[in-house]
Amino acid sequence: MNEPIISRPESGTDEAVRDALPTTGAPAPGRTASGESTPGAGAPGTLSGTVAVGAVHPAGAGAGDGVPSRADARAARRHARRMRRFDNPWLDPKLLWGVGILLAIIAVGLVGRYAWDTEMVYTGSAPLKLPPVGFENLRKQPGVGEHPLGTDGAVRDMLSLIIVGAPNTLFVGLVASTIGMTVGILLGFSAGFIGGRVDDVIRVFSDVMITIPPLLILVVVQASFGDVSLTLMALLIAGFVWQSPTRLIRAQVLSMRESGYVQMARLSGASTFDIMFREMMPNLVPYLFGSFIASVTTSIVTAVGLEVLGLGPQRIPTLGRTIYEAINSGALIQNLWWWWGIPTLLLGIMFIALLLINLGLDEVSNPRLRKA
Amino acid sequence: MEKPTGEGSAASGTRRSVLEVSDLKVYYATPTGDVRACDGVTFTLYEGETLGLVGESGSGKSTATSGVLQLVSPPGRIAGGSVVMDGQDMLALDEEALRRSRWRTLSLIPQGAMNSLNPTMTISAQIRDVIETHEGRASKGEMRTRVLELFRRVGLPGRIHDMYPHELSGGMKQRVCIAMAIALDPTVIVADEATSALDVVVQRVVAQTLAKVREELGVSMIMIGHDMGLMAQMVDRIAVMYAGRIVEIAPVRRMFERPAHPYSRILIESIPSLTERRPMRVLGGITHDPRHPPPGCIFQMRCEHAMDVCRSDPPPRPQEIAPDHEVHCHLWRRDANGEFVDMRDTGEAPRTGAVTAVVARDPGDSLARADGDLVGGGSAGADPEGVGDSGIEATEGASR
Amino acid sequence: MSGNLLEIDHVSKIYGPVDSGLVALHDFSLTLPTSPASIVTIAGESGSGKSTLANLVLGFTKPTHGTIRFEGRDVGAMGKRDMKDYHRDVQAVFQDPFGSYNPFYRVGHVFDMVIRNYKLAKRPADARERVEEGLNAVGLSGDDVLRKYPHQLSGGQRQRIMMARAYLLKPKLVVADEPVSMVDASLRASILDVMMKLRDEDGISFLYVTHDLSTAYQIGDRIVLFYQGTLAESGAATEVISSPKHPYVQLLVDSVPKADPGRRWQGEVELPVEEELRTAAASGCRFHPRCPERMPRCRETLPPLYPVGAPGHEASCFLYDEKGGETRGDDGGAGADEGEALREA
Repeated sequence: MNEPIISRPESGTDEAVRDALPTTGAPAPGRTASGESTPGAGAPGTLSGTVAVGAVHPAGAGAGDGVPSRADARAARRHARRMRRFDNPWLDPKLLWGVGILLAIIAVGLVGRYAWDTEMVYTGSAPLKLPPVGFENLRKQPGVGEHPLGTDGAVRDMLSLIIVGAPNTLFVGLVASTIGMTVGILLGFSAGFIGGRVDDVIRVFSDVMITIPPLLILVVVQASFGDVSLTLMALLIAGFVWQSPTRLIRAQVLSMRESGYVQMARLSGASTFDIMFREMMPNLVPYLFGSFIASVTTSIVTAVGLEVLGLGPQRIPTLGRTIYEAINSGALIQNLWWWWGIPTLLLGIMFIALLLINLGLDEVSNPRLRKA
Repeated sequence: MEKPTGEGSAASGTRRSVLEVSDLKVYYATPTGDVRACDGVTFTLYEGETLGLVGESGSGKSTATSGVLQLVSPPGRIAGGSVVMDGQDMLALDEEALRRSRWRTLSLIPQGAMNSLNPTMTISAQIRDVIETHEGRASKGEMRTRVLELFRRVGLPGRIHDMYPHELSGGMKQRVCIAMAIALDPTVIVADEATSALDVVVQRVVAQTLAKVREELGVSMIMIGHDMGLMAQMVDRIAVMYAGRIVEIAPVRRMFERPAHPYSRILIESIPSLTERRPMRVLGGITHDPRHPPPGCIFQMRCEHAMDVCRSDPPPRPQEIAPDHEVHCHLWRRDANGEFVDMRDTGEAPRTGAVTAVVARDPGDSLARADGDLVGGGSAGADPEGVGDSGIEATEGASR
Repeated sequence: MSGNLLEIDHVSKIYGPVDSGLVALHDFSLTLPTSPASIVTIAGESGSGKSTLANLVLGFTKPTHGTIRFEGRDVGAMGKRDMKDYHRDVQAVFQDPFGSYNPFYRVGHVFDMVIRNYKLAKRPADARERVEEGLNAVGLSGDDVLRKYPHQLSGGQRQRIMMARAYLLKPKLVVADEPVSMVDASLRASILDVMMKLRDEDGISFLYVTHDLSTAYQIGDRIVLFYQGTLAESGAATEVISSPKHPYVQLLVDSVPKADPGRRWQGEVELPVEEELRTAAASGCRFHPRCPERMPRCRETLPPLYPVGAPGHEASCFLYDEKGGETRGDDGGAGADEGEALREA
């Protein structure tokens, strides 16, 4: 085994201190093969679970005479509050905003079905080509309250399209990545843990598939299918989304396999299943989250790509489809900007939300990225 | 290299100081308060001597040196004190001046030095890099001569000149790092655990290389480590650190023969001997929260002689109980003649039994113990490392 | 109980092809009696093969040649179920006091795993009792440590908890692989004490793998010293260390830094470059390139173990071959020329 490494923080020094001190010779804060310093749910260092007790002593606060003034006390309290929030990486503003936006979109979808007449999503339900409220179209027709976001060239209400279409897009993303992650976990674990031939096969397979451009294949496949349902499209996309999680999990499992606690588990009579899911999995959770969000983003991008090309579900309203129809019907020339603009904007918001979640999760799994 | 320790104070004319560190404080900001990694460290390094800085994990020895070298990065900061080298106040230097003085006046052999060699460059290229960065370019031939000379100084064969780090053994890599540290003829070298990851025999070779280099160049050295045996072999004076503060500085012989501070005493007595089976001591008591050190002496929670005054007043700094031997401890006081006397000798020091000793024994012997039961059947009080509430609550924000 | 607890019978471990791969361990044999329990120190530096031996005894890897028998059963031939049974009797404590814990769980998790998998208790109350018993045996109490996370305890405490975990199964043998090297010096004695106590009160034998001769001297009953996969010297720990006979062991003992400023290293030790660049001897005595006493035959054949004084004290060195062959001095054995390892007395 290794030569001794010294200077490990001793005697009850907690994780915050260890992260703070230059741990000479000890593994750096963040992830290491032995799973040190992992902020998996429920594994608190002071960084994620502290009760900040009473007086905090921010450096330099307080007047020289030792009696803190009112202003100082307030400053100290503010500092303490900021520090406490800094404690728990799960409460990071990026993460909260990102999740919030996605939840808002889902809420709009759920509530909207009842609050708004979504029958207007079908053609012929409204006056033609009206702009959103407050704007005028080329024919000088103003927007009307009944169709606050305007209508499109096939006389469908935009708001209804959003209410129905946005959740659909999210749905495709979530289903595709759920399937992709599940496959990825199974294959990644098998490759990493069992090794040998199984590892070779899985690795080659996933590496080769990564190089194949998904859109190309899907265009061909979908074109031959004709009309597809949302679920079917999700399934097809899932076929191209499992490779990254597989590689990620395989790499993590390979390094975790040699760690001290896995050896201990083997000595304690743990079965392979036990080791994989009881010992390794909990430490993988932050990675899995991050990978999941990345997959969702990829899936939605692929789905929208297909839809904008005219493939994808023909009769089910989705954001991508709307953009397709807008372009196809000459919305660009007719200055019907709201037709393609609003779905695009909404897609943009979705991606920003996913990006924020991703950044927030990065900080959860790697304490070094957190702002000091 | 023995320096005349002279009668009288350190200001005697036989020695010139090259580095004076005074009340150095390095703190790290955390959500629940500053961790006082280095809390008021004062020492002087004299020309040509080797000072050993000894401490266990959490003692702050590496932090103190990063403070001296100004390698502290956020969330750490230098919170006070001064570092004066050759008359120059190091903390007042700006970034550019600092960069210029680094390596030329003060160089570092970092911990895990073997792993800090660039795997994609040859050894000689890396040494050339160091030299050129500080002295400008030189001709290839000159450089080669210089590098080979450095190799000779550290006992490396010339033919490794164009090899890559991975082709060398651990001991050789370490000596390459020493070569880099002496390349610009610095005044002071700081060796941070320079031999820690090496095998015993290789460690000896590297340690002897360091000694040789020291003699040839006349550099002053600070050696940081935790292996007391190695310190005994290598240094002229030893400073013992505990929890961010220096508790004792003494010439090496005195430290091993007559350690004055209770912590130094335990460190010495916990060294397992290679020649006789005798009790090894264990440090007991409870550690304190590094963010909220207790008022009074920093060692009070683990000291077997802690008195009331220890809990309220920090030890008067520093008590020079013998020439060149200073200790920060209330157990030493002046008697009627103004001489220093150890209260443990006069019987005035209490014993709280926080420390116990472990005795080697052969199978079949009845259990032999000294100083009370270390591993007994009962739980309360049996744990010398003091799992006790304070030790752990301390990490969650409350202080004792 | 006159059978042997552990019989290591001419075991070799070679990585790679058998005739040209890396010989991590060469033809090693050792017998551990069932009683009295003892602490056998397996000592050596890096590359000596001591970790390989630990892995072989624990069943993590199989020997290339030879067999390891535990109470008569062949360890190398065990399947998964047998191995699980085997670990009832043979447990381990590893070097890294932090890495042995899964950071996601509290410290109690290491005990729960053992109790669950080996069905040591049916009811939670019984389980808690057994854990408490184990913790008390190492000087800790459950209330203090079980609910904590590993990073909230000191290295010394963590290692003692690992000892308690091993103890839970009442094993007959514990392989302790560098248990104190990553623990602060002032706390090491507590762990060493636990080992001695378990040996005396519970009859548990230890294979104490270490590179630190001082602790070996303090707690070892027997010592076995390796050099590059071969056995250099073995015997009673105090005997071998105070009076080493093999030139390598002599060099090793002399190079341990003594905590006495009055007794500093004498003379300079040099390492020949070939040795350092790892092109060491592949046949004969592994130490011969550096040995000040080497003879021609050292280069050709690996010396067998010769008795060197006290009963049980053996060294693998031709210097002690009384029956014949060349004696030192025949071959300019001091090797003063060629610039190789020179050790002044």
